[in-house]
Amino acid sequence: MPRYIGKEMSRVDGVAKVTGRAKYAAEFRAPNLAYGFIVLGAVAKGTIKSIDTGGAERAPGVVRVFTHLNAPRLGPKASHEQSPPRAQEEKDKSFRALQSDRIYFNMQPVALVVAETYEQARYAARLVKVSYNAERHSTDTEAVSERGRFPSQGPPPKPRGNPEAAMKAAPVKVEAEYRIPVEHHNPMEPHAAVAVWQGDRLTVFDKSQEVYNVRKHLASSFNVPEENVHVVSPYVGGAFGSSLRPNYYPALTAMAAREIKRPVKVVYTRTQMYTGHGYRPHTIQKIALGAEASGKLTAMIHEAVHNTSTFEEFSDNTTGFTRQVYACPNLYAPLKITDTDLNTPTWMRAPGAVSGMFALECAMDELAYALKIDPLELRLINYAETDPESGRPFSSKALRECYRLGAEKFGWKQRKMEPRSMRDGRLLVGWGTATGIWGAFQMPATARITFRADGTAHVASATSDIGPGTYTVVTMIAAEYLGLRPEQVKFELGDTDLPRAPAQGGSWTTASVGSAVHGAALAVAAKLLALANREASSPLKGAAAADVEMLDGRLRLKADASKSVSVADVMRRNHLAEITETFEARPSAERRKYATMAHGAQFVEVKVDPDLGTVRVARVIEVTACGKIINPKASHSQEIGGVVWGIGMALQEATEIDHRYGRIMNPNLQHYHVPVNADVHEVETLFVEEDDSVVNPLGVKGMGELGMVGIPAAIANAVFHATGRRVRELPITPDKLL
Amino acid sequence: MRPFKYVRASDPAAAARAVAANPNAKFLAGGTNILDLMKEDVERPDELIDLTRLKLTEIKAAGGGVSIGALARNTDTANHPLIRRNYPLLTQAIVAGASAQLRNMATNGGNLMQRTRCQYFYDTAMPCNKREPGSGCGALGGLNRIHAIFGWSDKCVATYPGDMANALYALDAVVRVRGANGRERTIPAGEFHRLPGDTPERDTNLQHGELITAIELPKSDFAKNSYYLKVRDRASYAFALVAVAAALEMDGGRVRTARVVLGGVAHKPWRSSEAEAALVGKPASQQTFERAAELALKGARPLAHNAYKVELGERAVVRALMRAARLA
Repeated sequence: MPRYIGKEMSRVDGVAKVTGRAKYAAEFRAPNLAYGFIVLGAVAKGTIKSIDTGGAERAPGVVRVFTHLNAPRLGPKASHEQSPPRAQEEKDKSFRALQSDRIYFNMQPVALVVAETYEQARYAARLVKVSYNAERHSTDTEAVSERGRFPSQGPPPKPRGNPEAAMKAAPVKVEAEYRIPVEHHNPMEPHAAVAVWQGDRLTVFDKSQEVYNVRKHLASSFNVPEENVHVVSPYVGGAFGSSLRPNYYPALTAMAAREIKRPVKVVYTRTQMYTGHGYRPHTIQKIALGAEASGKLTAMIHEAVHNTSTFEEFSDNTTGFTRQVYACPNLYAPLKITDTDLNTPTWMRAPGAVSGMFALECAMDELAYALKIDPLELRLINYAETDPESGRPFSSKALRECYRLGAEKFGWKQRKMEPRSMRDGRLLVGWGTATGIWGAFQMPATARITFRADGTAHVASATSDIGPGTYTVVTMIAAEYLGLRPEQVKFELGDTDLPRAPAQGGSWTTASVGSAVHGAALAVAAKLLALANREASSPLKGAAAADVEMLDGRLRLKADASKSVSVADVMRRNHLAEITETFEARPSAERRKYATMAHGAQFVEVKVDPDLGTVRVARVIEVTACGKIINPKASHSQEIGGVVWGIGMALQEATEIDHRYGRIMNPNLQHYHVPVNADVHEVETLFVEEDDSVVNPLGVKGMGELGMVGIPAAIANAVFHATGRRVRELPITPDKLL
Repeated sequence: MRPFKYVRASDPAAAARAVAANPNAKFLAGGTNILDLMKEDVERPDELIDLTRLKLTEIKAAGGGVSIGALARNTDTANHPLIRRNYPLLTQAIVAGASAQLRNMATNGGNLMQRTRCQYFYDTAMPCNKREPGSGCGALGGLNRIHAIFGWSDKCVATYPGDMANALYALDAVVRVRGANGRERTIPAGEFHRLPGDTPERDTNLQHGELITAIELPKSDFAKNSYYLKVRDRASYAFALVAVAAALEMDGGRVRTARVVLGGVAHKPWRSSEAEAALVGKPASQQTFERAAELALKGARPLAHNAYKVELGERAVVRALMRAARLA
């Protein structure tokens, strides 16, 4: 029986966070620290004609003003004419600041003012005067959607079966277009870096989801060996994908620090975050579904196009999961991207999946109404028993149980099919459902465990904890397999001095890093077994590593707990104060025989004021099947957070661009709305645990993204059920329901 | 932000004199708006006169009504027994605004001085006649979903964003102000804010250096039948798409006196005397209110993205009146 895995545990870093002891990037100090403030440009495309830094340079406390005129070139090809580099052989095309006079997007950094204090830098930043040779820009994805092209990475999409013919022949069809605006992550913590050079060695305190990637980016920026760069990011106050890539500020900060020979700190303002990292792209989707009268899908055509920048390709895999949700012999699901004069989009919580599933799951609801079949029933009719794309079996898939449990908890049976048929006083009541899907990914990851004779352990892996509770879940896994109590385990992460881990993204951290920690713990036990069995009197003679386990200071036979040795004694007799094992976990070959996915079912009740168009998400039941749940407390928290994100996406979030200027006009939290407490009502999250020995040794699948995937569609479907209005363009604000 | 001189005022007279003496000086009270605007470089005072030590915080019965100190906090005002009992419309309006944390800081005088939330006003790289006279109006041909449908000019289509002032107008409040020369005057709540005309840089009819000392509410018979309705993009902590301060004085089932003030639709709280006239003497009913609502929105001139405000405004007026009349 596991002692910790599967049981609720409060966050091991919780006290540090609420007492302020947890240090975030901007809180690191260095002697003689100078403060940088970024100046943003004011046109969407063109060149900088002139830039007058005189006023800023004369302002009190100003140390240096950097512009493209005096900033050194960054990157492996320091000679290139313009940044970002566009050469095909150049892999890292990420935007680097102050590299040329070229403007690629509005609110692009055009200067960095460094001063003795933050306020001095911010004030002087206002005194930098920039004039531009503006060029015609194009920031409206709607206007350039016809120019979409297939991403150059990956093969061009191939149809399955003959979707066009099947669509033509289908007795029942629906066809519709769906739109999602640009959306921004808006984590609480602003992005920040503190850069310190010692000779040609660089230390950067950063807010990052992948310290190794930032290290690589900085090393190539400054042409120093990667070993010379140390990136530290112990705590992250939310990121949601906005810190998956290095962004431009760490290199900018390090550049300034190198030039003025002092440590420098740069912190984004909320406004600067809107172009200081990527965003969920503006996405236009056309869906056509064909079905038999029985509800059986015969054709699915899901075409998406979203924007990217002019200098980098980003594709969101918008239609990827469409291929794996429902059993359908004929399918075509291409994704195109189109250039805009905006900065590059990036992954934002449930990237691609939530966008694609918003469209697909709304279209399924439309099909249900066209067929006059209950929307949940329609999903069951088209349930994929095996992966429709590869034909492979699922390593586990408890989606049917999710539907069943969710429907029962929600009371779905009482739903009246007809729109506008349910009321609560004057309010219209709507019930909607949708399916959630996400991949059960695993990436190579390494962890190191130092097990000490005093019965404590140090665990290390350079992953990140952007909020899901990685500190805690890794501590639990280590404690479980080392037979220790959690308080005897100390886990460190977010530091390039630690073993390499993948980005914290894709909901793969527990599967990847957790498996590495599990492997390292077993290696410790195996080492102890070998040491113990050097002794003739060992009661574990003949036992294999798989036969033993560690518990409360003893190594014992799983089958017979009376056969055991004292770990401390074994180590003492071998003159060992500690044992260190490093383990790299990789996805197994076995996985390739299966489709490995996580699923969920969402049931949403909305109440709509028919006169005022206001929508309240009154009740949500979210049922998730994502393998084994290690820490139910943090896991429920993840799913609740996913629901809240779904509410924001469905009803509130939109980055508004004035295309005349190509400029974001709501880059702040007063104009860009995210849900507040008053928008969140009853949310119940449930798990249907799956026993999956294929996905990874721990049997876990990710859930951080999955929790939001189906929510926007479920809300939109509920709004349709309540009002009879099918809103296909997010967000569903009151004006769209009048 | 830009460097500025900070002066803590010792009494109202000194405060008014200090601001009057410097064209670039401004009063500082709760700071919930001006400090944000200074950080954004929208407001650029070189001197702030801090009023928060002045004793203008009292809320007291006066002449049958209530006098509210300009520096009383929004929270204290909304929760004061005299306000809750006699002017529930004001309580509702105040708590509909901002968040509890902001209301704890914000003062009544400062609330009246709150500036527009137009996105173009906030972005110093964009044209805005209110921020920089002569630079043009970014919102007129740009994003204007949250902008005015009444009283705008081609110089400015911004709205006054506050809630409290809409209720004050409906309740016939007056704003007491004191000039640098010591002279006091009162400004009716409905004349406190201005339409943009050719001078959108001026939000109010205050003279430079005039200090708000109190808000005075006359005795009111609206307490039984009033309602503040705020329609917004989320349940809390958002500015009104449309707000309605509705107040009725009933005579049995008939309306004796009515107030209908809309917020979020103009550069100032927007009162409809036509709607009010159409209510007087009529039975309180959905039909009566629908007719009044139609009149309240008559003459609206929506922009490219805010035509919805006309219909939403009508529906909001009906709803607010129905609630005020306790019919919904």
